[in-house]
Amino acid sequence: MQPQSHRFVEAAREAVNDQRLRKALGNMKAGFQNKRAATIAKLPEFQDLREEGRQLKNHVLANLDAYLERFEAKVEESGGTVHWARTAGEAREAVAAICRAAGARTVTKGKSMVAEEIGLNEHLIAQGFTPIETDLGEYIIQLRGELPSHIIAPAIHLNREDVEETFRAHHTELDPKRQLIEVPDFTNEARLILRRRFQEADVGITGANFLIAETGSTIIVTNEGNGDLTQNLPRVHVVVTSIDKVIPTLEDVSTLLRLLARSATGQEFSAYTTLSTGPKRPGDLDGPDEFHVVLVDNGRSALLGTEAQDVLRCIRCGACMNHCPVYGAIGGHAYGWVVPGPIGAALDPGIIGVEEAHHLPNASTFCGKCAEVCPMKIPLPKIMHYWRVKEFESKVQPARYRRGIGFWAFFARRPRLYRLGARLGMGLLGRLGRRRGRFRSLPLAGAWTRYRDFPAPEGGTFMARYRQSGKSGR
Amino acid sequence: MPTSQTRPTSTPRVGLFVTCLVDLFRPSVGFAAIALLERAGCTVEVPPSQTCCGQPAWNTGDVKDTRAIAEAVIEAFEGYDFVVAPSGSCAGMLKEHYPRLFVDDPAWAPRAAHLAARTHELVSFLVDQRGLERVEDVALSAQVTYHDSCSGLRELGVKAQPRRLLASIPGLSLTEMSTPETCCGFGGTFCVKYPDISNRMVADKTADITATGADTLLAGDLGCLLNMAGKLKREGSAIAARHVAEVLAGRLDVPPIGDAPPR
Repeated sequence: MQPQSHRFVEAAREAVNDQRLRKALGNMKAGFQNKRAATIAKLPEFQDLREEGRQLKNHVLANLDAYLERFEAKVEESGGTVHWARTAGEAREAVAAICRAAGARTVTKGKSMVAEEIGLNEHLIAQGFTPIETDLGEYIIQLRGELPSHIIAPAIHLNREDVEETFRAHHTELDPKRQLIEVPDFTNEARLILRRRFQEADVGITGANFLIAETGSTIIVTNEGNGDLTQNLPRVHVVVTSIDKVIPTLEDVSTLLRLLARSATGQEFSAYTTLSTGPKRPGDLDGPDEFHVVLVDNGRSALLGTEAQDVLRCIRCGACMNHCPVYGAIGGHAYGWVVPGPIGAALDPGIIGVEEAHHLPNASTFCGKCAEVCPMKIPLPKIMHYWRVKEFESKVQPARYRRGIGFWAFFARRPRLYRLGARLGMGLLGRLGRRRGRFRSLPLAGAWTRYRDFPAPEGGTFMARYRQSGKSGR
Repeated sequence: MPTSQTRPTSTPRVGLFVTCLVDLFRPSVGFAAIALLERAGCTVEVPPSQTCCGQPAWNTGDVKDTRAIAEAVIEAFEGYDFVVAPSGSCAGMLKEHYPRLFVDDPAWAPRAAHLAARTHELVSFLVDQRGLERVEDVALSAQVTYHDSCSGLRELGVKAQPRRLLASIPGLSLTEMSTPETCCGFGGTFCVKYPDISNRMVADKTADITATGADTLLAGDLGCLLNMAGKLKREGSAIAARHVAEVLAGRLDVPPIGDAPPR
């Protein structure tokens, strides 16, 4: 799908005025934030686990090639096939080729951000296949033709009324007088519709939360069990995954699993944690006949060795966006691409380019809450800052910002001129503002005064008064 | 935690980092800071060549201008025992970000590290370094709520210290917001580059402030305060906004931020 991140400012403005979105985001914040806090309060070693996770992933990233090759060897040993995709295009084509070879028509899909990133569904449809999302949130937004707005809760931007509207519009074979009020009403209906699809599928595509080099296994973590039905029922199981997911051993993965669910939803563990190792073996009662892993790079290896490398430690928990006040104000769609929130601001410029994504690392106050809650200790504001430097150097930022900062810096670097300008400017503003103490509007300050009054300065600058009256200022 | 028995008896030389917002908008905060530091046994000087810590350039990705400004700051403040700023974001800039600016520069890296080691935010300096447990000669009948500015909180650990000193003021009661640690939406250039988002954030913050029933808002960073006070005033609120240093020093002769002087 074409990134819309360049539209960020307009999209954000629409989002802050969207009352339904605001309600949905309010629920999200209360849910995810409180649940996470409650669960990690019960785990005294949580901070130690974060440090262990950080060191573990750093070690992997320093040896990424070796671990990926080991993973490949183990997958092949267990009868699977690994496909290396440098670009989104190569990844799409690899999946389509597998589906073609399998003579597939219906393809079920578990939730995969990477599959969204490479635009897999559009490509499969164009190639004549029918992809069906099975994760409930992804299924709902597929019906609505929307993008996910959150990496673990793709339909978080919707209220129950929105979902009811969508189900009634699309599930026309069901009784129009049926009740759709409580959560079980929705999940049972989705289950009914999807059950048939699961059984029809020729190919099942899932993502992977982790890849285990030691055993050649992939892991998915779900609460609905849709991943299991997606990968076990069809003849062919395809895992689409990014290269940064590989972890050395099962033991290592257990460390990350202890961090993941707690950080994401406040569960100690998700309902289903499923490992897949190769296709069905002789004697196995069920399982796919073919097991494929498509490893997607799409710009990630280029981040190694740069100041943005640490984004590759991400385990896709979503804690950063759950706690981000900017995401909390605008939701995920305003970011205009698959990965929103602070991790999006740190990652997307590396994937879709600095120019397309330039607003994302700028639309942050660097409050640091994201870094505080990230289970992998990713220094998200620091990485956003790195992209800002890159933008400034490559002149991606609008000229008026560069000129504005250049103008300001000219004075800030020349104390005597600065003092003179400050005394004059603040003196004038102080005099003008003395009566009311503030300005409702002010030339050149429209962006401020659109929503806030501008407090008047006291009038004399500190440095001028200090020179005149010394330390008392009187 | 140092007690009055273990309070350092030396008289440290403190260089006051005024901050550009205090210099331009609210000098009273600077004079309040001097008063507090002197009462805590420091001698205070104000290097005259300072203008700004460089955050506007830094946040825009303009490394060259930031470096030039940082070099001037490092030079101006060499020789002081401590460098103290009435702002978590400016102190954080000097302490956390200056060393990163010069990490590849063998000449400037040690000088930046030396500055960082001596730099403190004002209230945390008074409590953690000078052992201050209470403020004297201040009484204020007010119901206060305190906003935790992000940089001070997350970069410098400023949280308990202002509350501790405020608790020693007779007549003053403190009611916490439901989310005092949530960003107010100022973020320097952010509030004018993304005003719609900033407005949503500050409106949520002022709703939280108002819900406490407080008549006074305090914080340790003037940027946050100008933002929150500006929104409160636009909403017609009577809540008074001040920098915490003004209250701790008992310097209340200047009207609250955004308020007119009494007739």
